[in-house]
Amino acid sequence: MSALTPNASPLARLRSLTGSRRILVHTLLVGVAVVMLYPLLWMLSSSLKPDTDIFTHPGLIPGRVRPENYSEGWSGSGNSFSLYIVNSLIVTIGAVIGNVVSCSLAAYAFARFEFRGKRIWFGLMLGTLMLPTQAVLIPQYTIFYNLTWINTYLPLIVPKFLAVDAFFIFLMVQFIRSVPRELDQAAMVDGANPWSIYWRIILPLMRPALITTTIFTFIWTYDDFLHQLVYLQQNDRFTVPLGLTLFLDQTSGSSYGAMFAMSTLALLPTLICFLVFQKRLVEGMATSGMKG
Amino acid sequence: MSMTTATTDEVAEEPPAPAAPSDQRERDRMRRRLARRRGGGWWPYLFLAPWFVGLFGLTIYPMLDSLYLSFTDFDLLTPARWVGLDNYTRMFADDPVFWDSVHATLVYVLVSVPLKLALALGVAMLLNRDLKGIGLYRAAFYLPSLLGGAVAVAIVWRQVFGGDGLFNDFLAWFGIKGQDWISSPDSALYTLVLLAVWQFGTPMVIFLAGLKQLPKDVYEAAALDGARPVTRFFRITLPLLTPIVFFNVVLQIIDAFKTFTPAFVISNGSGGPLDSTMLYSLYLYKKGFTDLQMGYASALAWVLFLVIAGFTAVNFVASRYWVHYDD
Repeated sequence: MSALTPNASPLARLRSLTGSRRILVHTLLVGVAVVMLYPLLWMLSSSLKPDTDIFTHPGLIPGRVRPENYSEGWSGSGNSFSLYIVNSLIVTIGAVIGNVVSCSLAAYAFARFEFRGKRIWFGLMLGTLMLPTQAVLIPQYTIFYNLTWINTYLPLIVPKFLAVDAFFIFLMVQFIRSVPRELDQAAMVDGANPWSIYWRIILPLMRPALITTTIFTFIWTYDDFLHQLVYLQQNDRFTVPLGLTLFLDQTSGSSYGAMFAMSTLALLPTLICFLVFQKRLVEGMATSGMKG
Repeated sequence: MSMTTATTDEVAEEPPAPAAPSDQRERDRMRRRLARRRGGGWWPYLFLAPWFVGLFGLTIYPMLDSLYLSFTDFDLLTPARWVGLDNYTRMFADDPVFWDSVHATLVYVLVSVPLKLALALGVAMLLNRDLKGIGLYRAAFYLPSLLGGAVAVAIVWRQVFGGDGLFNDFLAWFGIKGQDWISSPDSALYTLVLLAVWQFGTPMVIFLAGLKQLPKDVYEAAALDGARPVTRFFRITLPLLTPIVFFNVVLQIIDAFKTFTPAFVISNGSGGPLDSTMLYSLYLYKKGFTDLQMGYASALAWVLFLVIAGFTAVNFVASRYWVHYDD
């Protein structure tokens, strides 16, 4: 954003507000932010309160602190919560590697080559962006069932190696298009083949897009309840979201403190990602909306 | 093996790189030849190979398989049995829960999407100026859309709108006595709508990026002409922003049709009370995976696919009349 100069243009004057209006806008924004974040703060505070206080003392600062909520919740579903975390990590790390590899390969092809039917393939790729996963859930399930992959993590990981998340292909195509072609051409003059151009030039330059892909894949896979629910049936294979619902079933949702404690823990990985990569996440989402 | 032959091929075709590329024309010719080479033979297909396998194996074949299954009785364990149009006639003529779920889903989509987008645009407009702490606000508003799909958030939501939950504490300030919003069939669906609206961050960020790209000179001219803010919004901002509004409408509608997790968690997987939170995806899941009526669920899936395709197509056609493209 350009700095305001002393003799500001009409537009700059328009955008910079006078004192009282500035306060009004800030008040409005703070109000919205408080409403938005309050449920999360309430969750955190409730996770530290004794069950009896949660609904009778709704304030954010716990009167009595009960850290046992966390230890009770940790083993509250019959399995240790660490098991769910490890399982979720297996799924998410597999998915991240799959997406980074397969989507970058496809994106490089779409961004840098001319080939027969390219427009049609590209159109199909964008079309799959709009395809609801539910439409293919049952036949995909029968495929994985016939492969005897039910109750394994393969149905959650292998599709990522086949670039089914078109969103990331699209994101990377946009990014590669912004890399000057002269770099490829210079390398080609030096005798590099397309693979080494991909590997030595495009991939290193694509780091920002790869990081964005990594974070979003991590968060979305971690939260992908539907597919985990469908494919994982034995509770020692359960991931964090499934562990949470199991915990709810077994306590019939009545040990509130422990439930809030586990919900807080379940959101922690996403929160950490958000705090560390906040800017990149927002920008990644913003550029996806722009026409290429 | 084949990779090495290809490399030698290319080297053989290529004239040896000029030792001293001082001659500009020589270099240009080289560049043109390389540009023609962008065709790249089978290289692009090699890079696209995983994607092709995914496209055909996990999208196109499953779509066709699902179409076939939708005309069968199939429980996964025994071979599918052809029943013709039975699944479809049953769905439309003989399944009240199907209509409950269609009703719930349409209300959910048609209420949540406009509210979410209006809020997203409103807040983006507020943020589109030189203010201190913009980054902080933007982050705070974006966070819920990052967390929103989580089971944990749906669990919290269930408590927020429960009988003695946070929402009723809030209403009590105004002397309003609340109810258990989750277990009432009249309001349960609207708690899901609110959860969707709460996640306005993604379209907001996209709107904000769009607002920043609007041509400044138009505003300067309008400001000099004394156009009032409301006029500027309706005459300049909104028309110039229509491509982004369109993009957001399409994506949010598709997203809303796909909503599953919060409906599952809030109703304990039942879609209740009285099927009021039986969003379509939840019904499809129950038919397919709880009742193992996979033929019927496939028919449901195809109807969902056609409805979403229909909505999207209508959007694209209608966009000719309201979306303003500069170029």
